[in-house]
Amino acid sequence: MEGLERIVREHPFFAGLEEGFLNLVCGCAKNVRFEAGQYLFHEGEPADNFYLIRHGRIALELTAPGRGAIVFQTLAEGEIVGVSWVIPPYRWTYDARALDLVRAVAIDAACLRQKCEADHDLGYEMMKRFLPVLVQRLQATRLQILDVYGVPS
Amino acid sequence: MDPMTPHVARVRRKRRDAADVWTLELEIEDGNLRQRFAFTPGQFNMLTVFGVGEVPISLSGDAAEPGSLIHTVRAVGAVSGALTRLASGAAVGLRGPFGAGWPMDEATGRDVVILAGGLGLAPLRPALYQLIATRGRYGKIVVLYGARSPNDILFHSELAAWRRRLDVDIQVTVDHAASSWNGHVGVVTTLIPRADFDPLHAIALVCGPEVMMRFAIATLRDVGLSEESIYLSMERNMKCAIGFCGHCQFGTVFVCRDGPVFRHDRVRSLLAIKEI
Amino acid sequence: MDTVQPVVLTIDGLQILLDALRQRGYRVVGPAVRDQAIIYDDIVSIDDLPRGWTDKQDGGHYRLIRRDDEALFGYAVGPQSWKKFLHPPLLRLWSAGHGAEGVRVKTEPYPDERFAFIGVRSCELHAIAIQDKVFLGGANVDPHYQARRQGAFIVAVNCGQSGGTCFCVSMNAGPKAESGFDLALTEILDADGHLFVVEAGTETGRIVLAELPHRTATKKDLGAAESVVAQTAATMGREMRSDDVHELLLRNLQHSRWEDVAKRCLTCGNCTMVCPTCFCTSVEDSSNLAGTETSRSRRWDSCFTMDFSYLHGGSVRASTRSRYRQWMTHKLSTWFDQFGTSGCVGCGRCITWCPVGIDITEEVRAIRESEPQ
Repeated sequence: MEGLERIVREHPFFAGLEEGFLNLVCGCAKNVRFEAGQYLFHEGEPADNFYLIRHGRIALELTAPGRGAIVFQTLAEGEIVGVSWVIPPYRWTYDARALDLVRAVAIDAACLRQKCEADHDLGYEMMKRFLPVLVQRLQATRLQILDVYGVPS
Repeated sequence: MDPMTPHVARVRRKRRDAADVWTLELEIEDGNLRQRFAFTPGQFNMLTVFGVGEVPISLSGDAAEPGSLIHTVRAVGAVSGALTRLASGAAVGLRGPFGAGWPMDEATGRDVVILAGGLGLAPLRPALYQLIATRGRYGKIVVLYGARSPNDILFHSELAAWRRRLDVDIQVTVDHAASSWNGHVGVVTTLIPRADFDPLHAIALVCGPEVMMRFAIATLRDVGLSEESIYLSMERNMKCAIGFCGHCQFGTVFVCRDGPVFRHDRVRSLLAIKEI
Repeated sequence: MDTVQPVVLTIDGLQILLDALRQRGYRVVGPAVRDQAIIYDDIVSIDDLPRGWTDKQDGGHYRLIRRDDEALFGYAVGPQSWKKFLHPPLLRLWSAGHGAEGVRVKTEPYPDERFAFIGVRSCELHAIAIQDKVFLGGANVDPHYQARRQGAFIVAVNCGQSGGTCFCVSMNAGPKAESGFDLALTEILDADGHLFVVEAGTETGRIVLAELPHRTATKKDLGAAESVVAQTAATMGREMRSDDVHELLLRNLQHSRWEDVAKRCLTCGNCTMVCPTCFCTSVEDSSNLAGTETSRSRRWDSCFTMDFSYLHGGSVRASTRSRYRQWMTHKLSTWFDQFGTSGCVGCGRCITWCPVGIDITEEVRAIRESEPQ
């Protein structure tokens, strides 16, 4: 699994991760690929994995009746897709569609959750990495909600 | 010439850029006076719809071609709405150009980041024209542009043409899109960390809604740009554009005369205060 | 010319001064009693002046009461200031004709009438100088102000009576007229009679003065004039430490005192109308029904109005708190950054004419005293 370890270690999300933890994480990891247009997952499905994007872009969408699918975020190389796996009920709250050919590392959520329960230091390390992503996305979302370019009513 | 009396200009051409945004090309009626209206990127004119009122509108065209004065207008009120409904050949009143524009000389030899949000791309377009016309003087040129949705992207074909040049990096993002959009979705600040420029030797020119500029500047600072390397274009209510009516005051400065372009360190503390 | 030195005029001499100015083609304006206040209007004779009147002023309080003498200038200042003439409340800027031949825009001609202001107080001289800086001292010149200002003949009066809300001493703006006048009078009313010690401040002043019946001022006259001024300076109604206000306010833009004053302020804008240095204006475009004639006018505006700072569907300064803060910090603080001086001359009008008696000297004091020493 040497190749996978290198890939995971080099991904920005896991930059600087200590060797021991790296091994634990890689034990849950595998390479995946999605063709352009293919969905990684759909809203409501179990959040079985989270993904480290190695190449390509992914659109996060929600579908509303009468409005069709609305893309509210795109993510690209170096970013991660999926935070719903962290908290119950572990279900996806949106669709994720590959915009281009996507190569990613899928990390099995149940596997990683179990390891985090067993080793709280690993768990803390994961939380430290997830929280900044969540906070940044929250701040960005707030700006989007403000609809700053919108016409004043 | 009395500074509050407008000259007569005619609408030569108009084009719709988005649902409520038009670009008007104006020409001063008196041909002998045209060179007096030469402008620098970032300046604005006061446009009068006779009988309705006068508003400040950014010059969005090429400063090297002052004979045709190009303005981009968003219909948000009585006067701007009336401007966008003028027919070709109609008369408008014009005063200008006013204001301190983008510091083009400061950009020489540096990477230039053009950070625009919504209509903010309009007063930045003249800067881009100049940067591209004298391309060799600058390092990397990166345009980071955020719009509400794909339909609100201004100057679409021009952006595409510049991108094809290969020596200008154009990144566009929208706040939301239909699934037919194949581009980036997310606020414009998300483009900054991924953009290819050297923060220690870059200059950033920022224009857009004030909230967006605050967040964008915070992110520019986070990636390493100094306060003295960031310039923004402010907007306030204006009735005269010559520092007499008092409406455009922003703390210690008059936006019409000391701005609209300000170096960030000059207005940093003011931006942080609500309702100043 | 013997009018290089101060001279003494009698009341008759003063009437001759008014006549002489009118004969020279000036439009003579000065104080008069109207609607129970002393305002500025066209005057012809000494009898038009507020002879024997004085004013009692305090926060939100102004009353005219009779004096027990016949002093012509025995009051402080009223609700109007000379900006009424130099920076008129309503002014047409231009008109345009729209027809088959096209659009013709015509600037409204600048007036060529010259004003003679009678009875200008030191605080008002400073206020005029402050507005001179705003309208004449920058990159742009306001031609309407310039047309009215140049050629104005100013007859100043050294205050014999300080007002209940005056604090010109604190602002280094009086009570003695130091410069900016053609003539300066000090009214002396005592056992020896009713006289005016007059000094000329310009060549024009000297020439006009020389034509009036006068005698050279004696040491006694000059001493009397000095005591009048000293007496006024010693009886200021208010005071405000002014050397630190610029920084004091800039570092307290989020002070809770702004909320406090906002609870009292009605945003009526009286202060901006009576203030001799407030200069904000707005414009209004109009059209006849056929659309063949349009025009634009300029009128006084106030930063207290709700839509003064209107932008993108709302106002930048929507709250009373922000609007009061804007007015006071502009007047006392950011005016320095913009024009190099304070915007306040200590005339006290804003205190007198505020319906709820808000007192800027008190507001400054409250903020200053709240800081750790």
